[in-house]
Amino acid sequence: MEMPTPDSSVIGKKPQLISRLMELLPNDAIIHEDIETRAYECDALTAYRCAPLAVVLPSSTDEVAAVLRICHEMRVPVVPRGAGTSLAGGALPTADSVILGVARMTEILETDYDNRVIRVQTGRTNLSVTGAVEEENFFYAPDPSSQLACAIAGNIAMNSGGAHCLKYGVTTNNLLGVTMVMMDGEVVEIGGAHLDACGYDLLGLICGSEGQLGVVTEATLRILHKPEGARPVLMGYDSSEVAGEVVSDIIKAGVLPVAIEFMDRPCIRATEAFAGAGYPDCEALLIVEVEGSEAEIDEQLEVILDIARRHDPVELRESRSSEESARIWLGRKSAFGAMGQINDYMCLDGTIPVSQLPFVLRRIGEMSKEYGLDVGNVFHAGDGNMHPLILFDANKPGDLELCEAFGADILRLCVEVGGCLTGEHGVGIEKRDLMFDQFAPDDLDIQMAVKDVFDPKWLLNPAKVFPLAASAGRRAA
Amino acid sequence: MEPVSESELSKMIAGADGPLQIIGGGTRPVGRPVDGAALSLAKLSGVVEYEPGALTLVVKAGTPVAEIERLLAAEGQRLPFEPMDHRGLLGTKGAPTIGGVVAANVSGPRRVQAGACRDYLLGVKFVDGTGRILKNGGRVMKNVTGYDLVKLMAGSRGTLGVLSEVSFKVLPEPPAAAVLRLGGLDEARAGEAMCAALRSPFEVTGAAHLPADITGENAATLLRIEGFEASVSYRAERLGDLLDGFGKVEVERDEAQIAQTWSAVRDVKAFHDHAGDVWRYSVRPTAGPALGASLRAMGAQALQYDWSGGLVWALGPEGADMRPEGLDGHATLIRAGKETRARLPVFQPEAAPIQKISQALRDRFDPRGILNPGLMG
Ligand SMILES: Cc1cc2nc3c(=O)[nH]c(=O)nc-3n(C[C@H](O)[C@H](O)[C@H](O)COP(=O)(O)OP(=O)(O)OC[C@H]3O[C@@H](n4cnc5c(N)ncnc54)[C@H](O)[C@@H]3O)c2cc1C
Repeated sequence: MEMPTPDSSVIGKKPQLISRLMELLPNDAIIHEDIETRAYECDALTAYRCAPLAVVLPSSTDEVAAVLRICHEMRVPVVPRGAGTSLAGGALPTADSVILGVARMTEILETDYDNRVIRVQTGRTNLSVTGAVEEENFFYAPDPSSQLACAIAGNIAMNSGGAHCLKYGVTTNNLLGVTMVMMDGEVVEIGGAHLDACGYDLLGLICGSEGQLGVVTEATLRILHKPEGARPVLMGYDSSEVAGEVVSDIIKAGVLPVAIEFMDRPCIRATEAFAGAGYPDCEALLIVEVEGSEAEIDEQLEVILDIARRHDPVELRESRSSEESARIWLGRKSAFGAMGQINDYMCLDGTIPVSQLPFVLRRIGEMSKEYGLDVGNVFHAGDGNMHPLILFDANKPGDLELCEAFGADILRLCVEVGGCLTGEHGVGIEKRDLMFDQFAPDDLDIQMAVKDVFDPKWLLNPAKVFPLAASAGRRAA
Repeated sequence: MEPVSESELSKMIAGADGPLQIIGGGTRPVGRPVDGAALSLAKLSGVVEYEPGALTLVVKAGTPVAEIERLLAAEGQRLPFEPMDHRGLLGTKGAPTIGGVVAANVSGPRRVQAGACRDYLLGVKFVDGTGRILKNGGRVMKNVTGYDLVKLMAGSRGTLGVLSEVSFKVLPEPPAAAVLRLGGLDEARAGEAMCAALRSPFEVTGAAHLPADITGENAATLLRIEGFEASVSYRAERLGDLLDGFGKVEVERDEAQIAQTWSAVRDVKAFHDHAGDVWRYSVRPTAGPALGASLRAMGAQALQYDWSGGLVWALGPEGADMRPEGLDGHATLIRAGKETRARLPVFQPEAAPIQKISQALRDRFDPRGILNPGLMG
């Protein structure tokens, strides 16, 4: 992956930059020794690494503003960072950049159950937002699998999703307001505890902008009362076509499960060897979960089981207890870990129209043979968000490149059938150079024009999202 | 001008030598008055693709909302955000188009639980002020590829581009519904009842309060539940228990009656045949009743609360600025004479840095300033 050549004049200003930052922030908030900055050299896309010039860990919006003012004035690029769990290289530094991490900003600023909102500093982890409202039986709905570690900051920047977004939506549908610091240090308030914008929906624009428009320091989030209960069923089928029909029939029947998860045979076998959840050895496995009171769950499951039976399942297992529910989820939840046990893997997240599922799975199988790399598929079937996991050996020369080429082909396939490159992980550096496969030059130009408005000097996370050649003129200006 | 294709739309905009007034169905003339040649999207109409099993719908922007609602209903599905029909309130005629719904981000009572129009909008195609045909988003349910201009276009009222095609996530229409009605509550108590209902796990899909005011009827607090039959009965009963302290709860189960009640709430029917300016406020739900009290003090003759108190409608004297000092949220002047709309800010004035960003966005999307110029300020 190509990154812009670091600006040596910026690197040369390091001593001056550090001393100016030291004047403003407590010394322990600034990390600049080479040995320590290395801890920030990558995010969860570990194939790419580069230590930043310095790392700054402010504790308040005012401190963030002060840091940005200095970097703006000295023309130092800034890479915002939450918890560093991005799978797309969104938080990857360049050698001439400052990492601005919000990890110390974890406070809860307001909890308001009557209005069903919570206001937090964005360094707070996703799961600990739910943790803060659990005593009243409330929760924060978007639940990325990384929720124990990832921060609300990164969730907002990537518009992250989760297993339950079929019913509850993704981050953007659960975000009501932000405090954001612009690259020049100006603090702006957007949205709040009320609904919808009166003017332009800038909140919707900022969510998913991958740290390129501003640094989000505080957020107002929708919280909801927990459902009374939830129960999954597991179904196994001999073909992915049939499993696809089951998904479509469930949706057409008017039931809205909170989750419909899909795993293919390679993935089932890997998780069985790893976790032993007792899954059937079949072509396609579905886990469908519904919520409500016991009676409501029964009512919905009756419809779902009826559809499932009509399609001749090789296995159909309804949970009868919380232990059984946990067992049904066990394999799915350990799928990534199981694949990682076999080898290194790359996780893609293209989305496709649900109807294209069987075709896309067949093509991925064929390509897997052509590339000589194994792939397992596990994904959110209700919304077509795929997660092909390609196995490769990082120690084998050329394997990473082969894997990346395979991954790029899968993502192009997703676009060809009417889908997109990324459903929830973001573009970062990983899919940056594929953007022209999905967008015409004008479509990207208007997006870059938006960045011009918020960050005219292109100092915020400049090497991400847009193909370097496309953004070169703007970055140099 | 009435383009019949996207490419013709693009040529017309590229070739325009003055301001354009963008018109969908012309049923929602909200905003500051615009002078310009009329550009109607009525002929850019039709369903491009509808996949009930995938819950996705792609339509051209000029497609009448009624046509879409019929199409979806035939498959037992609907637009979950319950878009309001402005005709009764604004005294307009014509057929509302889906492009107009998106351009104004129009939602209804279900917004409080299901989300707004922008939350169900998956993709847009539009023509910018220079005539470029642009797209963003797509027709799949999850998509974070590049910036989310879909949200930006929703609610931009034709000032950043002219929508040519829009795609949505749709949802099944539940087979059953119930409405719980509490009678005679004052506004503060009604607000408490609505918030209590929304704090429950029963997924209330509508929470409105209609004060006695001009309806002449007793004040009514309405809570809607939708779902499968057994579920609705169960939730109605549990919610009734929960609201025990607020007086007698009546439960309505008649489908036609429920539909009529909520379309009246959605379209603010109580104000239809009354003169006066109409204002719309979005605030933190618990702040609704206090806002209502200050609006009455400022001369409001009638109010309606929706979204658990977070959406307040006011019927006020003509020409008065009904924006209370220090409003935490925003106010929009929905109905008023041309003179008033030219004199008062129709939309909530934005803080200086936000205003600057909005203007800069307009300059980029419409460098000649010809798309509904001045409409949003
Ligand atoms: C095991 C694993 C499972 C995962 N599962 C899921 C999943 O189910 N669903 C899903 O959507 N994602 C998933 N992810 C991806 C990742 O967790 C999400 O993208 C997450 O939101 C990143 O949050 P973070 O705080 O770690 O952000 P970081 O990695 O630190 O940063 C991500 C991006 O946000 C920007 N950013 C960070 N802070 C700010 C700020 N304050 N202001 C502006 N921009 C900022 C960064 O510049 C970067 O572009 C998974 C990752 C892993 C490792």
